[in-house]
Order: sequence, then C-alpha cells, then structure tokens
Amino acid sequence: MAMKISTEKFNDRVEQGIHDSFMRGAVAGAQDGMGVKRRVVTTDELSNWEDWRNHAEEIRQHVLANLDYYLEQLSENIAQRGGHVFFAQTKEEANEYIRGVVQRKKAKKIVKSKSMVTEEISLNAMLEEEGCEVVETDLGEYILQLDDHDPPSHIVVPALHKNKEQIRDVFAQKIGYTKTSTPEELAYHARVTLREKFLEADLGITGCNFAVAETGSFCLVTNEGNADLVTALPKTQITVMGMERLVPTFEEMEVLVSMLTRSAVGQKLTSYITVLTGPREELDVDGPEEFHLVIVDNGRSDILGTEFQSILQCIRCGACINVCPVYRHIGGHSYGSIYPGPVGAVLSPLLGGYDDFKELPYASTLCGACTEVCPVKIPLHQLLHKHRQVIVEKEGKAPFSEKMLMKAFGLGAASPALYNMGSKMAPVAMNPFTVGDKISKGPGPLKAWTEIREFPAPNKERFRDWFKNREKGGE
Amino acid sequence: MAKIGTIHNRDSFLNKISKSLNRPRLTGPIPRPEWKYQPQHEVFKGASPDELLDIMKVHCQKIHTNLYETDLKGLPDVLNEVVEGYGGGPVVISKDERFSEWGLDSLLKKEWPSRDMAVFEWDYTLGDENVRRAEQANVGITISEITLAESATVVLFSDKDHGRTINFLPATSIMLIPKSTLVPRFTQAAVKMREIHQQTGRVASCINFITGPSNSADIELNLVVGVHGPIKASYIVIHDL
Repeated sequence: MAMKISTEKFNDRVEQGIHDSFMRGAVAGAQDGMGVKRRVVTTDELSNWEDWRNHAEEIRQHVLANLDYYLEQLSENIAQRGGHVFFAQTKEEANEYIRGVVQRKKAKKIVKSKSMVTEEISLNAMLEEEGCEVVETDLGEYILQLDDHDPPSHIVVPALHKNKEQIRDVFAQKIGYTKTSTPEELAYHARVTLREKFLEADLGITGCNFAVAETGSFCLVTNEGNADLVTALPKTQITVMGMERLVPTFEEMEVLVSMLTRSAVGQKLTSYITVLTGPREELDVDGPEEFHLVIVDNGRSDILGTEFQSILQCIRCGACINVCPVYRHIGGHSYGSIYPGPVGAVLSPLLGGYDDFKELPYASTLCGACTEVCPVKIPLHQLLHKHRQVIVEKEGKAPFSEKMLMKAFGLGAASPALYNMGSKMAPVAMNPFTVGDKISKGPGPLKAWTEIREFPAPNKERFRDWFKNREKGGE
Repeated sequence: MAKIGTIHNRDSFLNKISKSLNRPRLTGPIPRPEWKYQPQHEVFKGASPDELLDIMKVHCQKIHTNLYETDLKGLPDVLNEVVEGYGGGPVVISKDERFSEWGLDSLLKKEWPSRDMAVFEWDYTLGDENVRRAEQANVGITISEITLAESATVVLFSDKDHGRTINFLPATSIMLIPKSTLVPRFTQAAVKMREIHQQTGRVASCINFITGPSNSADIELNLVVGVHGPIKASYIVIHDL
C-alpha cells in the first residue's frame, strides 16, 4: 500500500465518510474514550505535564538540528554490533535493498509488525512481487490485510472503521473461521493462526519507534507481543525507520516512549517496550542471526530547514487525530492517505505532494485542539494555515470556488462604481433565495454553506446609506 | 566478538541533510545538551520501597496482573500455588543460579517432575530445541532485574541463558520480583542501562520492559487480554531480597 490510499476525489471520499454511520459512531466513541484515558495519565496525573511536553519538544528539536551527527553515530554503533545499515534516499532505494536481502536469504515467508513507514514505501507490494508470503501480525493490520488490503483509518487503531461482525465475516471468508463475533474468540483465532506463521517465518520486518544513537539500539512499543515474536523467531530481521525517529541516549528514549504511550493509548507504558541492539549475541538461541536497518528519507530532508520542519518532531501517537472535530465526522479514509487527521493533513502534502493532497490542509477548522494536545508541541494548526498560504500564493491551487469568489471580489472592489452597484444589487439579487432575513438555499458559492446552515441575507439598507442617513438625523 | 557490519550510502544521505539544514556536516562529538526541563526525575522522588510497592500494587489492578507477596521461606509454596492456578506444566525457566539460591531446587527439580509437571531449564547448547520447549510450555518463569513501580513493569535482559521467547511463547507468565529491584519509574532504568553500557561497552541484544499480559483493543476498541504473548501474567514480590 502506498501513501495514497484512494483515487477517488476528496469530496466523494468525504461524502462516503459522513454517510457511514457505524464508522462515525466508532470514531466518536474512540475519540471520547481515548480522550478520557489520555487526560487521566497526562494532565490529571502529572501536574507538570507542560514540563513533560517542553522536555519532549526540546529533545526532538535538538535531534533534528543535529540529525546528521546522530544518524552517523547510530550507524557506526550498529555496524560495531555486526548489524548492517542502509541509507535510502528514496522508497525505490529502500525496496531494492530489501529485495536484495530477501533474494540472498531465499526468504519466502515473512512476518511483519506494524510499521507506517513500510506502508509509505509500499514494501508489501514489492515483497509479494518477489513471491513472498507477507503476514501482518498486528491484529488490526492482520484484519485489514485479510480484507483484501483495506486501508488503515487510524495510525494507532488501523481497523477502527470495522465492526466485529464485519471482522467475523472476513475471518470466515478468508481463514475458515466458524465461531462468533466476540472479540475474544476472534483474537484467539488470530493468535492460533499467526503463531504458526511466526514459527515458520524466515524473515521478520519491523518499524522503529525510536532508535538510540549512543548504543545503536532501537525500541518497539506494542501491546500484543507480536513485535517480540517477529524479532525473536526468524533468523533474519529487517527494521525500517524514518530518518528522524531517533534520540541521543536511553534517557531521552525513556521520556519519548512515556509521552508516546500516554498520548496514544492513555497507558503509562504499553505491555511491551522492547529495546533491541544488533543481531543476537554469539551463544544466544533466539533473536536474529542477521540484522539490517534501513533508514528512509523519502522526502523528509526536503522538509528540514523549511517552515514545516517541526512536523518532523512527530512521534506518531495519533493524539491529534483523537481530538480533531473534522476527523470525527469524516473518518480516516476521507483523507486518502495512510496518515490521516491533523498530522496527516500536514505531512501528506509534504511527502506526497500538493497534487494528490492539496485539499487536506482545508480539512480543518483551525480550532487548535491538535496543537494543544500534541506531546511534542508541533504547532499543527499553524502548519495547516501555512499550507493554505503556500497553496494559494505559490502553488496557485486554491479551491475553484475560492478562486472565483476572490476574483469577483477583486474586480468589484477595484472600481468604486462597481462596488457601489454591487452592494446596492446584493439584496435584490438575493431576494429570490431569501426567506425572512435568512438564505436557506443559496446559489453558486453559497450552496455548500446553506446545505448545512442558513446564511444571513444582505441588509436592505447598506451601512454607508445608514450612516449618511444618521448624519442627517435619521435612525 | 561479532563481525563488523556494513554501512551503505551514508555520506550522500547525510550531506543532503546538512545542506537542508544550511550548514556544514557535523562530524565531531557534540556535547550532551543541558536540558531546560527534567520533570521525569520528580515522579515519586524519595519514595520508600514500601511506598513503591504500594504504587505498583494499585497499578497491577489496571493491567490484569495478580501480584503476590512473600518472603524467601514462603516462595516455593506461593510459586506452586500460582503455577497450579494456571493449570500446571509444562514449565520453562531461564538458566539462573538464583532459582537455586532462593530455595526453589526442590520444587523445580523434584516435586513438580514427580507430579508429571515437566520443567525445562533454558540450555543454549540445545539450540532451537529451547524455542520448541517454550512454545509447548504452559508457564514461563523469569526474574525481574529492574522493576518500575509507576507502571508495574518488569525489566529483563536477554543472554545465552535468558532466552527472549520464555516471556512470549508460553500461555502464561510468572515474574519473580526481588523487592530491592523496585525503582520509581522508567527513568531510573534508563539511567541504569546507560551506566551498564558506559561501564562495559555492551548492552544486551534484547531488553524487555513487560507490563502485564499481552492485549489488544483492535476490535471495536474492546480490550482483549491475551493476544500473541502470554494470556495471563502474575508477579511474585519477594520481600527479603
């Protein structure tokens, strides 16, 4: 799956989203439930939560400002431990390197733990081209994979848009499941089915929550334990990381992991935090004999040094998604990107280009809830506003209706005579659409507005006429 | 000593980063930053071991984990009770002298085997057979090296005698926790990990922070306890260690 998950138009995707009542109920429930859990372990429990956010922000900013140094240190330390490091400028380079490892190891059976960056570079498609069986082992990702690669709708809870009956049907159709739709039975069936896959896999692939430069380590944060089996059982392991996902030492890793688990799922720590360093040691029995780290740029260095640099502070917790009022109504698929919500609306146009994602910065009320909740203090709503400036001023890609409106206003306001006539004509022109002092079915650019709420009709007396009249002693 | 690994495409990659940052490549060691904020050290600062244990007990209720307390004398009985509660063997344990030092030899080597409860001790000379035994085991037993009170988390370091899969493949998991391993939170464990690395130049190839049994909320956000890792977990805190 590439970063772009739909070829449909943005408005069509939104239309589908707002009419999917199960999805909307699930998203609203998730936002409310996860919001409460997050507040308990952040602002309620830690009276100095703002200090935590400030510390997380200073760590992320320091790393980005010194990124080349820390990446060099990381790669040296991994090589010292016998691991192999490949720096991939593009997704094609990353895939080619991984293809080489797969071919050399004659790997056919691959287990994966959840990784957004591997989705971003379309890794599974390449592996399937190579004739490999690739199994996603995170329960949510596994469900989506079985359902003919249904795209994720949330970065932490990827199958949020599906109900348990739909999941039961997918299991029944694809893996011969015969039991009920209770989550416990479904999860147990996945456990048994996937246990076989873990044991027979010859290659394990993971993402990376944070790499640690000082020791050449990296950590994985999960609740299910799948990443631990992916990294303990196959003889070869490949880990793919976005180039910005690292910290100087274990001490900073600890802070960011704590911020991640609290902000993402409202847990002090998830069930499993696993810190891995290189391949297994000489006499170890489990763990990979061969370890490869693929560090991916794929457009990130073009964000460094720009007004959008702070988006690279992101630790992929999804807290911004869980508070966004727009996401609540349109759901994850409407964004058309593997990265939905406010973070996706900032990141997708930067990594995937404005051609495919120019509407996303407009999928926001700019209310700032995302910025307020972000554990690493990314000014998300300001970045969305900056995107709009770039789209209008540099890219010339403002929405058509906005362009026409601005053009008409520009024409009208440029000439006093036209302005005078226009403002006199407004109540007359709007008369057919006006009931009382409201317009409820507006024409042209007003249509979208009045479909969901009324618009005040232009006042019959213009301000300048009222003012003139007042000076003469009228009311 | 492990072989040195390879590094590909590094210079062009890092040069592009420094160009984007509008400055020359950073090469020399950069000093460790002086952070303006350090809130993590304030959490449960100065708490006594008993207070830390109380904090941990409260959190265990939230992570679906039973916590038992005992002294060394009572340890065999408590361990036996917990394992029986989980339905008995087979049992897999790490190879660790502390089991013997803590008076568990009789239980592990005589009593359980005599009751047809197989006990397998991790043995690196047997290679993959260890993994096969762990996969068949009903109970895995390990010892926490550092224990985080705030999140009720045990910390385990892998090596040839402490296989990673003991904690993941068996259906249930029991962690023995010397009370002296309790620290306030993750912060102290991270400091300790850095110290070990600085003193020895090494870090274990796998360090596990484990907080209760495995779980998932991927289906309609319903919490299901027991997914890929253990379905149940218990902690046994040993007071006089």
